[in-house]
Amino acid sequence: MEFRSPEFKTRAVHALHDANLQKALSNTKAGFVVKRAKAAEEMPEFEALRDTAAEIKNHVLANLDHYLEKYEAAVTAAGGHVHYATDAEDARRIILGICKKANAKRITKGKSMVSEEMSLNEALIGEGYEVVETDLGEYIIQLADEPPSHIIAPAIHKTKDQVADLFAAAHNKPRKTDRAELVAEAREVLREKYFTAEVGITGGNFLVAETGSSVIVTNEGNGDLTQTLAKVHIVTSGIERVIPSLDDLSVFLRILARSATGQETESYTTFSTGPRREGDIDGPEEYHVVLLDNGRSKMLGSRFQDMLRCIRCGACMNHCPVYGSIGGHAYGWVYPGPMGSVLTPLIKGMDGTYDLPNACTLNGRCKSVCPVRIPLPDLLREIRHNQFRQDMTPKRQKQALKLWRYVAERPKLYHFAERIGVRILASMANGKGKLRSLPFDPGWTGARDLPAPTGRTFLELWQAKRGDK
Amino acid sequence: MSDTPIKPRPRVGLFATCVMNAFRPSIGFASAKLLEDAGCHVSVPAAQTCCGQPGLNSGDEDSARALAKQVIEAFEEFDYVVGPSGSCMATIRHDYPNLFADMADWRKRAEALAAKSYELLSFLTDVMGVTEVDAEYKGTITYHDSCSGLRSMGVKGQPRQLLGSVKGLTIKEMEDTDVCCGFGGTFCVKYPEISEKMADDKLANAAATGADTLLGGDLGCLLHLAGRLRRKGSPVKVYHTAEVLAGLADGPSLGEENR
Amino acid sequence: MSSRDTIFKAIRQGLGRGPLDDAARKQLDARIANPPQHIRATVDDADLVARFAQRFESRSGTTERIASLADVPAAVAALAESYAIAPSAVVGTALGELAWPEGWQIDHGAATIDVMLGVSLAWRGIAETGSILMLSGPDRPITHNFVPETHVVVLPVEHIVRHYEDCWVALRERGQGAPRAMNFISGPSRTGDVEQTIELGAHGPRRMHVLILG
Repeated sequence: MEFRSPEFKTRAVHALHDANLQKALSNTKAGFVVKRAKAAEEMPEFEALRDTAAEIKNHVLANLDHYLEKYEAAVTAAGGHVHYATDAEDARRIILGICKKANAKRITKGKSMVSEEMSLNEALIGEGYEVVETDLGEYIIQLADEPPSHIIAPAIHKTKDQVADLFAAAHNKPRKTDRAELVAEAREVLREKYFTAEVGITGGNFLVAETGSSVIVTNEGNGDLTQTLAKVHIVTSGIERVIPSLDDLSVFLRILARSATGQETESYTTFSTGPRREGDIDGPEEYHVVLLDNGRSKMLGSRFQDMLRCIRCGACMNHCPVYGSIGGHAYGWVYPGPMGSVLTPLIKGMDGTYDLPNACTLNGRCKSVCPVRIPLPDLLREIRHNQFRQDMTPKRQKQALKLWRYVAERPKLYHFAERIGVRILASMANGKGKLRSLPFDPGWTGARDLPAPTGRTFLELWQAKRGDK
Repeated sequence: MSDTPIKPRPRVGLFATCVMNAFRPSIGFASAKLLEDAGCHVSVPAAQTCCGQPGLNSGDEDSARALAKQVIEAFEEFDYVVGPSGSCMATIRHDYPNLFADMADWRKRAEALAAKSYELLSFLTDVMGVTEVDAEYKGTITYHDSCSGLRSMGVKGQPRQLLGSVKGLTIKEMEDTDVCCGFGGTFCVKYPEISEKMADDKLANAAATGADTLLGGDLGCLLHLAGRLRRKGSPVKVYHTAEVLAGLADGPSLGEENR
Repeated sequence: MSSRDTIFKAIRQGLGRGPLDDAARKQLDARIANPPQHIRATVDDADLVARFAQRFESRSGTTERIASLADVPAAVAALAESYAIAPSAVVGTALGELAWPEGWQIDHGAATIDVMLGVSLAWRGIAETGSILMLSGPDRPITHNFVPETHVVVLPVEHIVRHYEDCWVALRERGQGAPRAMNFISGPSRTGDVEQTIELGAHGPRRMHVLILG
């Protein structure tokens, strides 16, 4: 996937003026936020489950090597193959190899953000394969030739009318505007693809070490058709997604859907364990799991380890007012919103990702809904610290911070300066109570006035009245 | 000596946030009045400046640490540190101890200070047991939950409870009252367009209540929102909650012309 | 060095240790063999069948009570008639020999693209969420669960359990490890991908009907 995070600022402003996008984003609240709140409220155990989920993930991370070995052994025992990929290129090489061996022409894909990390579609298409995204949202944006803008609702930025245009152009059928008709049309078009694809690629929400199962949690059933009807099933997942046992999984099943869509459960929770067994009359003949590292192992033991608990539910972005204002594309890579603003600099590097952790008000709403209690604002602030240490903070801001510190460390100078400052601003306001512009404006008065100070600082008034020292 | 233990008036160091000190002294006086009415002895140490949050949130931990030390030294003698801001007080309460992870002495002092640091209104209700105030405000208000106060300091019911006792005042809750207003410290100048959009969302929700007054507990958010309201020519008044509770909301509201 | 070795080395480096010793491994394996019992959703309903039906129906599924396996064909036929579905279905042999009404075409093979109706035997029903658990096998083709537009599932009441965890216990008692495929299905296929408004029948069955048996 193209890396456009360096353009964050311009793309964010562009997004703010995109009427279709703004209309689409306004559905997020009713679609996700309200439902999640209701789901959480209706389940008395929800908060305790969040604690447990975080504990399980911490336990796994501390013993990740062992659980990966157990998982791998169980997959192998079931006749499947586990492949490890250090980075995106490694993963592409592995998957292209499997597809070539399978003599594939057509490849169906269920939604997988890890495959976006791998830039897999571009690689497969480059090698001449037909790649068909089957999740409705992914299908829509594939037709639009756009990347996903949300990790569980990839086409959340598209309006119904835009979908209608895309379908009419791609399907050579009369333009439909009824939502149900649009869904039915996609169903019909994609059905044939499932039955004729040689390879089906899906993600993996969880990997169960106990059984060697990969688990996907979906609503549409496209993942099931993708992986059941193709001859070869390839699972793409991250190395951190393994969990010990089915009993551990139960905890995540109870929080994932509630956090993501506010559902008690999604329609389908599907476990895949190896290829078709003796006597089976359906199911894939080959089963491969490609486990991607891509910077994850580096987070272990670092101040960012908590990020590896992420189960990709999307709650953080659904509740992020910045995401809600600009949508996912402005973030410029696979993962948008709060979790993406942590992951992108860690995976893609600090270059070109400066804005991501900074375009955040640290309001903490993401943290308050994260099902595995990732302290996202703290991690974002931690990245800012790294940027500062690596001298990436803009010079002007650094100078301002330096000056602020110099003055603030000297209370007498500080209070003297504040007294002068408030007098100047008050006289500039000239009784109007506000300032419409400022000399050396750092960016305040573009869209707002500055309420003017009254002319005296609190401390000087207090000392005059009370003589406190 | 008496056998009855006399509860001494708790000695409170009032943390005069840098924005309040410069822009809105009446919030400081309102805080002092509310604290004194609740039976506290209030001092305002002259050695205080800034809590260090600008550095902390911009990646400059060293500067945050230097200023934190200064705050600790200025305030550790008091029984409590109280400030009319969820944001600054959350920095003291939650961030100071972490800033000194590798300095045992300072960490101990930071933790001691953190443990007695409170946002003003929650201090009044939760520690001092205040349930009502003697004040009057003629108007309909809507209250914006500033994020740090709400999520880091647990400020939610307290201001509403106290506002409920103000004569003449009606509270109308807005939609998404717990969603960030787009201030976010330096965020509002680094990403002014996003900040503007968030302010407009917030103000649309506030306007939908029909309230004539917008209240909140963090002056940063209020300067931002009042600035946006003034720019748009809206007549909605903006005050800090403490000003209303102390009966000091009779002067011009934030950004309003002198009357 | 293989990618696998590189990754394992990096993991251990990150964790600041070498490979775990035998004692630690044994402990972790014991945790898998004897998994901790975590907090569950409270399901204190006395009537699990009612709870199952109520939860399943909350997601646009439908249910019907039947007395015996022999009632399945008539129930399926009635449903087919009400939705104008042709008298043809894929049926897993796990349901045994059923006496289908005259004119019905029954296929026990994998579902092909034109199949409109599937009839399957559930392995368990979960009262907590109103979900059914399907296992794959020669007598339970997995395509029956996803390809047909209408999916009818037979769920014996004695197989309705309280929680997910009850399924794990039953699976472990069954032995043989996990089946190739295992699906919790909680209602018809749905999507919210067009303007976050739910539509049924995205790719999988548009209709799901559970025949609660017994």
